[in-house]
Amino acid sequence: MSREATTIVPAPIGLLAELTHRCPLRCPYCSNPLDLDRRSAELDTSTWLRVLSEAAQLGVLHVHLSGGEPTARPDLDRIVAHCRAVGLYTNLITSGIGRAQSKLQSLYDAGLDHVQLSVQAARSDIADQIGGLNGGHSKKLLFAEQVVALGMPLTLNAVIHRGNITDVEELIELAVALGAKRLEIAHTQYYGWAYLNRAALMPDRADVDRSIAVVEDARRRLHGQLVIDLVVPDYYASYPKACSGGWGRRLMNVTPSGKVLPCHAAETLPGLTFWSVADHSLGDIWTQSPAFQAFRGTDWMPEPCRSCDRREKDWGGCRCQALALTGDASATDPACSLSPFHSHIQNLARAEAGSMEPPPYVYRGAGTLAEETVT
Amino acid sequence: MTTLSANDVPRLPRGVRVRYDAVRNSHVLLAPERAFDLDETAAAILELVDGHRSVATIVDELAAKFQADRAMIEGDVIEMLTELATKRILDR
Repeated sequence: MSREATTIVPAPIGLLAELTHRCPLRCPYCSNPLDLDRRSAELDTSTWLRVLSEAAQLGVLHVHLSGGEPTARPDLDRIVAHCRAVGLYTNLITSGIGRAQSKLQSLYDAGLDHVQLSVQAARSDIADQIGGLNGGHSKKLLFAEQVVALGMPLTLNAVIHRGNITDVEELIELAVALGAKRLEIAHTQYYGWAYLNRAALMPDRADVDRSIAVVEDARRRLHGQLVIDLVVPDYYASYPKACSGGWGRRLMNVTPSGKVLPCHAAETLPGLTFWSVADHSLGDIWTQSPAFQAFRGTDWMPEPCRSCDRREKDWGGCRCQALALTGDASATDPACSLSPFHSHIQNLARAEAGSMEPPPYVYRGAGTLAEETVT
Repeated sequence: MTTLSANDVPRLPRGVRVRYDAVRNSHVLLAPERAFDLDETAAAILELVDGHRSVATIVDELAAKFQADRAMIEGDVIEMLTELATKRILDR
């Protein structure tokens, strides 16, 4: 049966360009896949430039240059300049470590629009322990100062979990002190390495509630000075989040090796074939590839989603989380209180957060480390 | 954050810009992690936000261009620009 959706698909607004999986940090909450793409598999410059031209023609407005650490790519300034030339807004998602600082001026000159800098905590000892790199946090602070000195807008992004959840007030103070315009307090989403480390990362309910209250208070206090975006934790939620704004509705994700995914964790879903930019145009992938059509719209939904009046609000939630926690990728996201598995994830969260001795972190990316330290 | 006044000179900082979006056939305001669809009024206001014109000048020019009530236009301009400033998308 042909699907009507293919002809009326609205244009995507965002493209997450995962330029490389290489990264100087080893954060246990990383949502990259466990099987990281190697440098030898990465797309070359000319392919990225073509893909970005296609993205602009397709209607993409924002390009998120991400990874891994995108400044590990020597061609990043060319990529930024090309985005600018074809009208795309560029957002650099960076650790601020490695080559980030030495490249900042050339990225500024190329027309970079915005910098989103990750911080692991507000205190350097905790931050470095989470990021797995001694001295990393202090380098981030220098990088942030340089971004602001250049006059570029800075967003701080802090992924929140058991290891830093009592640090949220200090993170807000840090964002203000650094002159950031925005702060993202993003509770961990459990995909990739974060899923592997869930038992070490899961915070308890009381700390979650307190962290949210801290953010709400700061929003009032800092109104007009600091914009704070809050991503609430799924395992304690009543309703799921729309995956990437709805599967195949707003976002495309291109992996370092050129596969195009509806969300960055979609490769965990079995039975889906992801088309590559090596074989297809971005427009064809968006409208015609089976993976983008698999969970687009509402036709695929089972109950309780199918008849739910929230179905075009959360679009059934996250397919990867549904698979990981129920064994069925087309089930209702168990973050939803209407899912028969909802009590299961609440129990998981309670048990893991309540453990007196959480397991040690499994740091990401042992297989890529040798490659990084050489360069 | 206080409301913008007539003497303020608004400007879009680095990382915020307006462009025409041919796919959606409208002007869009692009900012960090945000995109806003602009209707004709909003696009006309932002076209005059250049770091040189004051709010009063912008209102004067719009009132002349649209031959509309100045007080009403001033209200719309100040409301919109104040909202953008509160979101850290506009400087003055």
